Amino acid sequence: MKLAYWMYAGPAHIGTLRVASSFKNVHAIMHAPLGDDYFNVMRSMLERERDFTAATASIVDRHVLARGSQERVVDNILRKDKEEHPDLIILTPTCTSSILQEDLQNFVNRASIISDSDIIFADVDHYQVNEIQAADRTLEQVVRYYLDRCHRQEKWDQFLTDAPSVNIIGIFTLGFHNQHDCRELRRLLRDLDIQINQIIPEGGSVEDLQNLPKAWFNLIPYREVGLMTAVYLNKEYGMPYISIAPMGAVDMAEWIRQIQKNVNTFTLSSSNKRVDYEPYIDGQTRFVSQAAWFSRSIDCQNLTGKETVVFGDTTHAASITKILVREMGIRVSCAGTYCKHDAEWFKEQIQGFCDEILITDDHAEVGDMIAHMGPSAIFGTQMERHIGKRLDIPCGVISAPVHIQNFPLGYRPFLGYEGTNQIADLIYNSFALGMEDHLLDIFGGHDTKEIISKSLSTDIGLIWDPESRLELSKIPRFAREKVERNTEKFARQRGIETITVEVMYAAKEALNT
Amino acid sequence: MSVKIDETLIVECETGNYHTFCPISCVSWLYQKIEDSFFLVVGTKTCGYFLQNALGVMIFAEPRYAMAELEEGDISAQLNDYEGLKKLCIRIRKDRDPSVIIWIGTCTTEIIKMDLEGMAPKLEWEIGIPILVARANGLDYAFTQGEDTVLAAMAHRCPEPEFSVRERKETIQNFLTFHSGKKEELGENHPSLVLFGSLPSNVASQLNLELKRQSIKVSGWLPAQKYTDLPSLGDGVYVCGVHPFLSRTATTLIRREKCQLIAAPFPIGPDGTRAWIEKICPVFGVEPQGLEEREERIWESLKDYLDLVHGKSVFFMGDNLLEVSLARFLIRCGMIVHEIGIPYMDKRYQTAELSLLQDTCIKMCVPIPRIVEKPDNSNQIRRIRELQPDLAITGMAHANPLEARGISTKWSVEFTFAQIHGFANARDVLELVTRPLRRQKNLEDLGRTTLVRK
Repeated sequence: MKLAYWMYAGPAHIGTLRVASSFKNVHAIMHAPLGDDYFNVMRSMLERERDFTAATASIVDRHVLARGSQERVVDNILRKDKEEHPDLIILTPTCTSSILQEDLQNFVNRASIISDSDIIFADVDHYQVNEIQAADRTLEQVVRYYLDRCHRQEKWDQFLTDAPSVNIIGIFTLGFHNQHDCRELRRLLRDLDIQINQIIPEGGSVEDLQNLPKAWFNLIPYREVGLMTAVYLNKEYGMPYISIAPMGAVDMAEWIRQIQKNVNTFTLSSSNKRVDYEPYIDGQTRFVSQAAWFSRSIDCQNLTGKETVVFGDTTHAASITKILVREMGIRVSCAGTYCKHDAEWFKEQIQGFCDEILITDDHAEVGDMIAHMGPSAIFGTQMERHIGKRLDIPCGVISAPVHIQNFPLGYRPFLGYEGTNQIADLIYNSFALGMEDHLLDIFGGHDTKEIISKSLSTDIGLIWDPESRLELSKIPRFAREKVERNTEKFARQRGIETITVEVMYAAKEALNT
Repeated sequence: MSVKIDETLIVECETGNYHTFCPISCVSWLYQKIEDSFFLVVGTKTCGYFLQNALGVMIFAEPRYAMAELEEGDISAQLNDYEGLKKLCIRIRKDRDPSVIIWIGTCTTEIIKMDLEGMAPKLEWEIGIPILVARANGLDYAFTQGEDTVLAAMAHRCPEPEFSVRERKETIQNFLTFHSGKKEELGENHPSLVLFGSLPSNVASQLNLELKRQSIKVSGWLPAQKYTDLPSLGDGVYVCGVHPFLSRTATTLIRREKCQLIAAPFPIGPDGTRAWIEKICPVFGVEPQGLEEREERIWESLKDYLDLVHGKSVFFMGDNLLEVSLARFLIRCGMIVHEIGIPYMDKRYQTAELSLLQDTCIKMCVPIPRIVEKPDNSNQIRRIRELQPDLAITGMAHANPLEARGISTKWSVEFTFAQIHGFANARDVLELVTRPLRRQKNLEDLGRTTLVRK
């Protein structure tokens, strides 16, 4: 039992529902008590979905508790089958149903005999996996189900497409900027003259899944969801996959080079049409993406060495950390992720890019770390945005969990060359603007607000005498906290209890030398 | 032309496959109402995820509620529940120092049969803070019924009146014989009246004032602004509800606390408010004064909105139990109600409200709408498509899809969070109801009302 106010990743059934509602004509039936269908509200509100979310509940109530679901689940499945004729019905367990230990697989078996739809039972354990892991598993389960069946029926058509083609795996409903990313990837692949065989699960049809192996290779833009499917397809069908996130100019180039390598491997055997994408990478990086030029511009110079903290899912946190350090010369004091299950990969990725690594799913720990570091800007989730508000530190949102404002109507990809522009804007706008910064420094700022300590830690502060407090208030707001903290640190080291103006400047001198 | 009016009231029952909020959502308004409380929801990630998403920004404002998140070890009883809860409650005491901790039992605690009621008194004694247990779970209840379970638990903690009413009557008589001729102190001449139902404090004082005009003193509210100010309850105390979803609380007050329940319609809309006061007055031997004129004035002030809603039709999908009272008010406003969906219908507790609905329908010459308990959302959507109502009052899961199909909707949850009680707030109800209609009017020239591909 633990005390919790906030969680970064949701419960497992949310992941399964995200897979189900991303596919076309797939219906999810949750075995859940009244009120657990909150997923429908999120999808309808956050994504502003126009259609009814294809997820309903087979209600677990007091009677079910006493006698078991009996006919109810089967009836609900058959009713959906009759009313909506979905291709596939996914029976989804929830935390409640997983402790009831009813034999849901048995209900699935019984209903499959009568129903026209295919029916599967989502094989996720609520107490072992979270939303992200569950989505990954369910997607793999659905793909495996259809490919296995296709194998059994020997309807197998294993020829690759004539022209180079790919599957994009892992575009999701309620994913962070997924719709925009998807459009950007389509555009990129068109530029590279590569066909898209299938995009799953968003907008995909389960009936087409049997054609997945026709693609030359798979693209996994976000490693959280889709990797399991890619590994399965690799093992069973020998399909290579690229799991680099094409985010930021450097990784973009690497991603395209890997595509080139894969395309050429297959082309070699059939014809002599080898591709060379280097001129494309060069042109895009220098002229289409403004990010490379921005890094060289005077604006970005002012960001040199500024301190930041990055926190989010593995894909976004790792990519943004690398962009900040490698492409903009900004310092990342701490980078972290809440995807504890994938911590090893994360550590490996950002090794050498940041001073500290934080792996936690406790928002209080993240908050304390930010308060302790006092960065100039934060790049994190909605939670970090709120921590930033409390500490008066600007924050750019770079990862789920998200809010309705992270589903913009305008075109805001994070991936691809347009993505590099969007990210550069986001980063630049999060810092105080360069000139403003200097002027505030010179003139001591224009706000004379009373200083209240905003430290999150509970230890007792030192006493600031009135003059030093007044002096502190003259320091620009964005730097004030740092001065305050450094002075207090200096005072503590020397056992000084009351801070005077002298102490303040002694601290400044001590730290400069 | 005469219209044959069906005067019988029928409550149908469907499959219960409908969308509503989980009853644990009651912590969101109750922690704000009861200022010195702390709500601990004993449940899983699912409960936590719901709360954090449903309450949006509130979660960032250091709310006085938290999850006691059950892990696998708790479920398989490898860990000691009592020790686990004790550790958390001691931390809460240290961090927040509340006057009461309210444990919210969930589906999971029901299924694993965690004995919250058994543990609470023991832990209460050990850590010195009152601990209440409310089983606000989705197995048994819908949305606002969560408040019902909390208030029912709280009723047990209300102090006994200092002296019984009979004795008080005697003292008053003595007092009167000594000081005959002197004006009686307001409220001292009638038994105490306690109102139950959580309302924002300004709405509660509006209702207090409304009764004060009739020389009736409200001696307390359940819940009060602070846990430490709970009203006295006991034999001879009269109680009256302000929300239609408090049937368990009402039952507890009658059976356990021996209170007298005043069955009244609920003070929603000017008609409801007037009927509510008119039911309370005679109990205390008071002749209601000037109510008719007051109601009339309110109706007049609503005229601009009434013109908008007149003759428009509305469909309640049902998710918060306010439906009957709202429908009754809207019928009185001249609207046509196709269907009143409702999660649960306690005909005894709502009896006065139902008969007011009946009277209103007769008065307005409309048939009594069908009341559908435990509705089935997919059947309802089919009916909505057939009926094409001017307004569907529905949950967020269906609002956008219906709007995209050209049906105006109003999000039903807003009625639970808006101030809708009493004479003064009737306008707020209509403000909500007319908003989609006004928006539609503003966008009329834009065309394109259906925005789905078919």
